This record gives sequence, C-alpha cells and structure tokens, in this order.
Amino acid sequence: MSLKAIEFNQVCKQYSQSGDFVVDHVNLSINEGEFITILGSSGSGKTTLLKMINRLYEPSEGTINLFGEDIATIDPVKVRRKIGYVIQQVGLFPHMTIAQNIATVPKLLKWPQPKIKERVDELLNLVGLDPKEFKNRYPSQLSGGQQQRIGLARALAIDPKIMLLDEPFGAIDAITRLHLQDELMRLHGGLKKTFLFVTHDINEAFKLGTRVMIMNNGKVSQFDTPQSIVKNPADSFVSSLMRSSREQERFWEGLD
Amino acid sequence: MIEYALKHPDKLWKPLLQHLELLLVVMIVSLILAALLTITAMTSKPISNTMLHLFSIIYSIPSLALFALLIPITGLGKITAIVVLVIYNQYLLLRNFIAGLNDVDPSMIEAATGMGMSRMQLLFQVRVPLSTKALFSGLRLASVSTIGMATIAALINAGGLGSLLFDGLRTMNVNKILWGSLLSASLAIVTNGILIQMEKRIQNHNPS
Ligand SMILES: Nc1ncnc2c1ncn2[C@@H]1O[C@H](COP(=O)(O)OP(=O)(O)OP(=O)(O)O)[C@@H](O)[C@H]1O
Ligand SMILES: [Mg+2]
Repeated sequence: MSLKAIEFNQVCKQYSQSGDFVVDHVNLSINEGEFITILGSSGSGKTTLLKMINRLYEPSEGTINLFGEDIATIDPVKVRRKIGYVIQQVGLFPHMTIAQNIATVPKLLKWPQPKIKERVDELLNLVGLDPKEFKNRYPSQLSGGQQQRIGLARALAIDPKIMLLDEPFGAIDAITRLHLQDELMRLHGGLKKTFLFVTHDINEAFKLGTRVMIMNNGKVSQFDTPQSIVKNPADSFVSSLMRSSREQERFWEGLD
Repeated sequence: MIEYALKHPDKLWKPLLQHLELLLVVMIVSLILAALLTITAMTSKPISNTMLHLFSIIYSIPSLALFALLIPITGLGKITAIVVLVIYNQYLLLRNFIAGLNDVDPSMIEAATGMGMSRMQLLFQVRVPLSTKALFSGLRLASVSTIGMATIAALINAGGLGSLLFDGLRTMNVNKILWGSLLSASLAIVTNGILIQMEKRIQNHNPS
C-alpha cells in the first residue's frame, strides 16, 4: 500500500464568519506519486484548496495531513519548504534576475554557489529557455509565457516531493504547452512525487491527471480516474463539463 | 552681502558645519531607531497602528514647546535638540516606511511566503528592496524637515544656522539674516539632491 501524501478531513473554508463555504466539507485522500489535476468553474475554490495545503490559508474547520502528520501542528515555514508552489499570478520578484529568482529557495537552504548555478542552468533548459540568454534578465524583460515558465522553474528548484501548480500554463502558447506538459509528466516520473495541478483546460486535465478532481461551488463533484469520469459522470455539473468538451471536438471535426 | 561673507567667513561656515553635524547625528540616530521600530511594527497591525498614532500626536506638538518640555530633563544644548528632532523624524520615517513595506504587490508576498521565507527574510529580501521609493521619500522628507527645524534649536543653544538667523534678527543685521536663510535653504536642496541621486543609483541595479 502506498503512503498517503495528502489527506483532507472535513475541511471547510469561509473567508468571513457569516460568509459562504468557499471550500465545503472536503474529504480527500491522495497517494504519494499521484498526478492530480483539478478542474472547476472560476471561483469554485481551487486556489483556496491549494493554499490550505501550504498553510497560506488556515482551514476554518477540519484537518489536513501531509504524510500522516497534521500540518496545523508543524511550523508553516517547514511545511512550505517541502512544497513547490507555482502561484496563479506568477509572482516573480522584479528586483531579482531570472537566475536569482530561480535560486531563491536553494539560497534559503544555503546550497553552495556552484551547485546553485548548475541547478539554475539545468532548470532553464528544462523549461525551454536558453540559460545564456535569460539568466541575467529581469522579469520585466520577459513575455508573460516566459515568466510563467520561470515561475515553474523556481518552484521545481529543490525538487520537492509535493508540487502545487495553480494554472501554471495559462499564458503559454499551445506548442510550448505540449512540450511543458511532457516535461512535467517526465519530472513527475511516476512513483515518488505528488503533483496537484489546477487548470481550466479539460484536455490538459485528462491528459496529465492520474486522477482528476472536479470542483463546483466549494465541493468536490467527482474525484476519479479520467476513464471513470468519462464513463460515469457523477452529477449534472460534471456531465455538462464533459458535454462542453465534446462540443468543442465536434466543432473541430466540422471544420475538417 | 558677498562682502560680509569675505570679511567674516568663519561666521558663516562655523554655523553651517554645526548645522551639518547636527543633521548627520540626528539622521543617523533617527534611522537606527526608525529601522528598529519599523521591524517591530511589521510584526503586527495593532502595534504598527499604535506606534503611528502615538508619533502623530507627538508630531503635532509645536517644536518650541517640545524643546521647552525637555529642557528640565536634558538641559539646554545639543542633546535636547537631537532628542527632539529624532522624535519628530520617527513619524515622518515610520509613516513612509510602514506604508511602503505594506504596499508591496500581494502576489510577491504570497510567492515568497509560499516558498518558505520567514517573516524577516520576507522583510529584507522582498519588502525592503521593493519599496525603495517609499523608504527614500521618508528619508528625504525627514532630512529636509530636520534642516528646517534645527534652525529653531538655536534658541536652546544648540548652535547651527539658526544662531545666525536669530543673531541677525536681534541686531537687525540683514547680512546675517540673508546668509542664514540662503545657507539653510541650500543645505536642504543639496541634501535632497544627494538623496535623489543615491536612490537613482540603487534603482539602476534593478530596472523594475
Ligand atoms: N482572500 C480572500 N478573501 C475573501 N474572499 C476570497 C479570498 N480569496 C478568494 N475568495 C473568494 O473565494 C471563492 C473561491 O476563490 P478561489 O480563488 O479559491 O477560486 P478558484 O477556483 O481558484 O477560481 P479561478 O479559477 O478563477 O482561479 C471566490 O468566490 C473568491 O471570491
Ligand atoms: Mg484560482
């Protein structure tokens, strides 16, 4: 039996005492080594769910365990250093070069300089940007898609066991996106790493995910393998999501 | 006026040097204190609000009154002047420092926190470098205000360009009055200019 990497027990989040549940009594259990993709309408609570895992937000109710340990009992800084996080708004530091941005966490962990340099080059190659050309630029000198790739490289820097990726490819063109999807699958490498990947692209979610989580209004509508979801959509929201994707396919076939 | 300066150069540069010395001491002490207070203020919202409120009240006391209040404790002279000017500066510095540090783009804060930076790492590696503008505007405001207010400190025997001005007023010596105003105004303009240049140099290191 594989280890439970992430568990949610009756987790709720309200931003104010009287407010609605943004995350509503969620129970989840994610094994080590899974690649979870998360789909859902805008405002359904995907980002909130991710941020509770690295304690940027605290749940209003319920508990979250990482590898069997309740994260509320661990120093948040310790929790975060073990988790790679790509934020939805990219959030590169404008006063640091690309190399410095990528080196942020290795520097916090006091890696030796040569090791940091080597790692920066390696990561830039990985996300398809030439180290010589990009290392010494500042974020403002990059396109939106290039910035997103640096955001990904920065989160991967110390090769964390858990990665939270909040729409990391939103601004990336279709071709580079396919390349990055393949790189990400390769990095995930099957056994030891656990990825949570939020996307609005159904194809991407079903291609990458070992399991797909579909969120609607703070609740998890369905959380299953792509095959099972296609075969047995759990509710009308999931069905309509599937239908919208099929309609797109038909549109393409119509153009053929 | 030029003649006066040529005849009694020491009557001009001595107060100018005194003024400069007062400015330097006051700014150094003010900055150290403000840095410590800002670091404390950044740990919690209520603490920062209380501090700002307190210093804003003190700041609203007329300087002459504050000088007078302190004379029984620290006596006449430089020490009292330094204490008063440092206290006034705290409001100008803290207000700008705290506002600037809190005004950093939230997504930057989130990224840094999410990567596991501690509060202090976040402050020094992200907040401070991203708010140089506000930090320097506080510094400039405090310097210029110190130069102006230090002239009043001549009344409690702290010396400086104020003594030139008050002497001039007492003896109706127009030369002294003119030189006193001219020198203090120039000092303020030059100091401001130097700080602007320093800020530009720092900004050039990171185009953003
Ligand atoms: N800091 C906050 N304070 C108050 N309300 C918030 C906050 N962050 C998010 N919300 C609200 O919580 C709900 C869920 O937001 P969340 O960002 O988790 O959605 P999402 O699924 O990530 O959406 P998107 O796909 O647009 O990124 C939204 O209604 C949002 O307005
Ligand atoms: Mg979101």
